[in-house]
Amino acid sequence: MVRQHRRRDMWSGVTVTFVVLFVIFLVYPLLGILKQSVFDREGNFTLQEFVKFFSQPYYSRTILNSFEVTIAITLCTLLIGIPLAYFYSFYQLKGAKALFVISILCCMSAPFIGAYSWILLLGRSGVITQFFKNFLGIKIGSIYGFGGILLVQSLKLFPLVFIYMNGAFKNIDSSLMEASANLGCVGIKRFYRVVLNLSMPTILAASLLVFMRAFADFGTPLLIGEGYRTFPVEIYNQYLGENGTDHNFAAAISVIAITLTALVFFVQKWATSKFKFSINAMHPIEKKKPKGLKGVLIYIYCYVLVAIAFLPQVYVVYLSFRNSDQAIFKEGYSFSNYESAMNKLLGRSISNTLVLGMGSLVIIIICSILIAYLVVRRPSVTNNAIDTMSVLPYIMPGSVIGIAMVVAFGKPPIVLTGTMAIMILSFVIRRMPYTIRSANATLMQIPMSIEEASISLGTSKIKTFAKITVPMMTNGIISGAILSWVSIVTELSSSIILYNNRTITLTMSAYVAISRGNYGLACAFSAVLTVLTSLSLLLYLFISKSEDIKL
Amino acid sequence: MKERIIITHAMKKYGDAVIIPNLSVEIKEGEFFTLLGPSGCGKTTLLRMIAGFNSIEGGDFYFNDNRINDIDPAKRNIGMVFQNYAIFPHLSVRKNVEFGLKNRKLAKDEITKRAEEYLKLMQIEELAERMPEKLSGGQQQRVALARALCIEPHVLLMDEPLSNLDAKLRVEMRTVIKNIQHSVGITTVYVTHDQEEAMAISDRIAVMKDGIIQHIGTPQNIYQRPANLFVSTFIGRSNIFDGGLVVKDGKTFLKLGEYETAIQKVQDKYRGNQKIIASIRPEELLMHREPGKGIKAIIDDCVFLGLNTHYFMHLEDGKEVESIQESTIDSIIAPGTEISLSLNVDKINLFTADGSVNILQGVRNDCATN
Ligand SMILES: Nc1ncnc2c1ncn2[C@@H]1O[C@H](COP(=O)(O)OP(=O)(O)O)[C@@H](O)[C@H]1O
Ligand SMILES: [Mg+2]
Repeated sequence: MVRQHRRRDMWSGVTVTFVVLFVIFLVYPLLGILKQSVFDREGNFTLQEFVKFFSQPYYSRTILNSFEVTIAITLCTLLIGIPLAYFYSFYQLKGAKALFVISILCCMSAPFIGAYSWILLLGRSGVITQFFKNFLGIKIGSIYGFGGILLVQSLKLFPLVFIYMNGAFKNIDSSLMEASANLGCVGIKRFYRVVLNLSMPTILAASLLVFMRAFADFGTPLLIGEGYRTFPVEIYNQYLGENGTDHNFAAAISVIAITLTALVFFVQKWATSKFKFSINAMHPIEKKKPKGLKGVLIYIYCYVLVAIAFLPQVYVVYLSFRNSDQAIFKEGYSFSNYESAMNKLLGRSISNTLVLGMGSLVIIIICSILIAYLVVRRPSVTNNAIDTMSVLPYIMPGSVIGIAMVVAFGKPPIVLTGTMAIMILSFVIRRMPYTIRSANATLMQIPMSIEEASISLGTSKIKTFAKITVPMMTNGIISGAILSWVSIVTELSSSIILYNNRTITLTMSAYVAISRGNYGLACAFSAVLTVLTSLSLLLYLFISKSEDIKL
Repeated sequence: MKERIIITHAMKKYGDAVIIPNLSVEIKEGEFFTLLGPSGCGKTTLLRMIAGFNSIEGGDFYFNDNRINDIDPAKRNIGMVFQNYAIFPHLSVRKNVEFGLKNRKLAKDEITKRAEEYLKLMQIEELAERMPEKLSGGQQQRVALARALCIEPHVLLMDEPLSNLDAKLRVEMRTVIKNIQHSVGITTVYVTHDQEEAMAISDRIAVMKDGIIQHIGTPQNIYQRPANLFVSTFIGRSNIFDGGLVVKDGKTFLKLGEYETAIQKVQDKYRGNQKIIASIRPEELLMHREPGKGIKAIIDDCVFLGLNTHYFMHLEDGKEVESIQESTIDSIIAPGTEISLSLNVDKINLFTADGSVNILQGVRNDCATN
């Protein structure tokens, strides 16, 4: 629907506004990082930071570490997620809904809760470790480092594979299964040759999603990584860490990080386009009743897996009611952790979290709707450029965005550091790509003729947009917005760089308590956070009603 | 209020591609006017130019004496029904119907009253509080019509409104549309590629091809005396023969191979020896069991359709033709039987050798360029 001579109207103004906004709030900060990475303090061009990174194994090792553990996590999630999805999609399991809901709760939990809770369970003085040592005389190996990251992240991210694979399995037509049986291919062989191969595009998509998440993850390795240093943590350490800071070096690492994630992103695009074929089930597979020993094993597998994944959150909530003193939990139960949390900014953390979350969400929704309209209904070079710019942050680790914000807005002409505005800004930038994508998809499904019908009934273009287009789009993106809300509420990697005492969020309060060894307090904050995210997700599941979840 | 629609020298381009080169047409007030043509010929494009959703690269569009080229689509006072109905999914049926009324400065109870009136007219008042997702295709169609009509527009535009319905509903709804149009009396432009639908519903039809109107006339005109070969083949089925005109002793004869028959109604300027194309509809081929002086043919297949029986056969030179005869009680002619064919000379149509003009008398074409 490209018109040749388009009259100037309100939308031209919107285009200009977004170009200006993106230049100021995205392009300028990114250029700032780039500049800081290649100019030293005196303003001379130099590549020494990059040379330093790649020439010293102490630093370059972090990339290898990140790749190593991320690949291991990805394989692990596939290994445990695909069977779960298979049982879930092909068998009538009792309590299937609960399995599904809990899986989602697991993968959307705050980034450090898993690591923290597992440390309390399996760490040096964890309950399970102590139990084994004192009663059975068995020493459990250290969970810090590679193994710990692998355990925590696999248990947190396998639900992504589970959800994606459910979608794929649901689209396999039962006639394909029957045809395969007719041709003499059944059982495990059929699972490999038909079911898995048909789901290949989804397996790829899911594993690359897991890869991106695990690669950029910050909270888990920060807590449980110890000597096993990964890339995102290194950026943070160089920027704000305890061992002295080097902003230029941090900027250089950020540039390397963006390059790497961009690479992974394009590999993903290429791979998915290569494996793309569409299947659509007219007769979805009928679920069987699990029977006999096989049935029992299926039940055990599903429930034990999901229970273990959910354990950290339950345990944190449980501990929040235990008496405690600093890093020690004592006998007896009380609200004392919550009381001390009240003294430690619990109220402010909650209200900040709500204000920041809601504020960001409103901005995200408004911008996404407008941008989607520009891109879908009025394609032009400029509007496509806006689209491209807006999805750029998708490939940037949170700490990089945090640093970019500080670099750009820590000094005149625009000073925002320490304000709520800079927090909102980074949340909006980080989460907007997701909402824009779903807004685009939603708008593309709204036929042009709906808007034309409205115009032909005498409604002006602007009124049509407000009364028809926006309500119809909102229905489509509201459920996605709740997911954005959850991830904003649990955001750690950029807020850790941007927050201060006045703008502290629940997530940050919990993190601060952990890092100060105030475990009871940390549990109280984490418990509040867990309840908040769980309620939001339940609302989401209630609204979206379907199991096709885009994470 | 009834309006005439007058379009003169309309031109439409997409980039450098000219979709409609030069189109003029006059649609009478209160008329049910159909744009008919194969897919891609520019029907939707023209309709959307009238509605204001497509830019106009040339020519003038009038409603009565008002030139509407530069009027905003929202101000043209047009009722429009879309192929996919374009019902607002987030509004109830009643809210959909009231939607257009709310943009006019009407009192609240007036809005309610009018919406109710048109809900009744379309027999959907029981559905008023439902959401669109709970409606069948036919019901959505009724809502779309009620919504378009209740703003009492100057003209009603419909773009293939029945194409998403199943065959039975399509026939039912076209009667509904026709009756409503007659009772409201609104000038209507209707787009379809289905010639049977066009014949059933229209006062007049414009047959289009490649952005050019070939023939404007009543369904009867167009079927019986199509303006050119394209119209004759697009409307209904036809057997096409290459033949010749021969003038002997002042009389004109049609010659198809060996077969010759006198023909009266050739326009004077075309009387003369020349090659022509004959277009003969299946019912205009008369079959005779006893081999006579007609065109020899051998039956290949026959299909009994109740009232009529449909015969497929080939001629001596291998050409395949078809014929429809009223079914008789005794027997169907068996495949393999040799028969002879004659023509219902008054009904057949003859065209110049390039197919561009019907050379018989009695062609009625309101199309300005012809
Ligand atoms: N937006 C557009 N841009 C370019 N070409 C178009 C556009 N819309 C229609 N066309 C072209 O115009 C011609 C007529 O299209 P249309 O009016 O939709 O045909 P119809 O409705 O008769 O099937 C087609 O060749 C089509 O490809
Ligand atoms: Mg069309």
